[in-house]
Amino acid sequence: MSLTKTERAIIVSMWGKISTQADAIGTETLERLFLSHPQTKTYFPHFDLHAGSAQLRAHGSKVVAAVGDAVKSIDNIAGALARLSELHAYILRVDPVNFKLLSHCLLVTVAARFPADFTAEAHAAWDKFLSVVSSVLTEKYR
Amino acid sequence: MTFLTPEESGHVSSLWGKVDVEKVGGEALGRLLVVYPWTQRFFESFGDLSSPSAIMGNPKVKAHGKKVLSAFSEGLHHLDDLKGTFAQLSELHCDKLHVDPQNFTLLGNVLVIVLAEHFGAAFNPSVHAAFQKVVAGVANALAHKYH
Repeated sequence: MSLTKTERAIIVSMWGKISTQADAIGTETLERLFLSHPQTKTYFPHFDLHAGSAQLRAHGSKVVAAVGDAVKSIDNIAGALARLSELHAYILRVDPVNFKLLSHCLLVTVAARFPADFTAEAHAAWDKFLSVVSSVLTEKYR
Repeated sequence: MTFLTPEESGHVSSLWGKVDVEKVGGEALGRLLVVYPWTQRFFESFGDLSSPSAIMGNPKVKAHGKKVLSAFSEGLHHLDDLKGTFAQLSELHCDKLHVDPQNFTLLGNVLVIVLAEHFGAAFNPSVHAAFQKVVAGVANALAHKYH
């Protein structure tokens, strides 16, 4: 599954807007994830996960920054996320099902904040893009 | 055992009261067909599904979306007996329509996204979480009679 030119253009252009709220989007995405899918909290026993926690904010920023890296190198996502791919495979070992859950919560957050931009076509492009990112991050699992 | 806490129940009824079932239904079904094109396999008689705009504007998609969401809406009145409420529809989807239950999960998630798009900040993480429970419950109930 690879992104068409049109899909890449949609992602890159929307990222311009999205990145202006990057940190808030990261935090909100994680809040949604932990509330809707509480089992995902099992990966963060060492974190204070209350709304507004500094750790939540810092981690949210990290996650969105990585998505941004993938957007900036949209023609070579595997290259851009190589280090993160290894981290997830050998150290973090987050079960692959969770990438879908996180992706979904990111889409919900973006849809809520940018309704006019989040057309059906944009929704499809983003869903596919996050699916590619998830594949890259789980590529080395076994 | 109640399915939703009183707080979650409150979130669901208060938001759902403002939902235009016809519009949201058409949009959710349309997006399912656009975002997950393989789901078009169930709708070969629907005519032009050749592009996102064709799909979103297709009158059969809109009508069917309204039908689907009306059934879902009915379910919201019976959250403590979803399996009973959807028993017949479950049999229909298995025996006549031959729909893989995974599609119920896909549609549920698309519906959540459409609600987020319509309600913005009002679709906050707590309201969102309540709806994830609801769509999971409905998907489960629709799969319950499969054999």
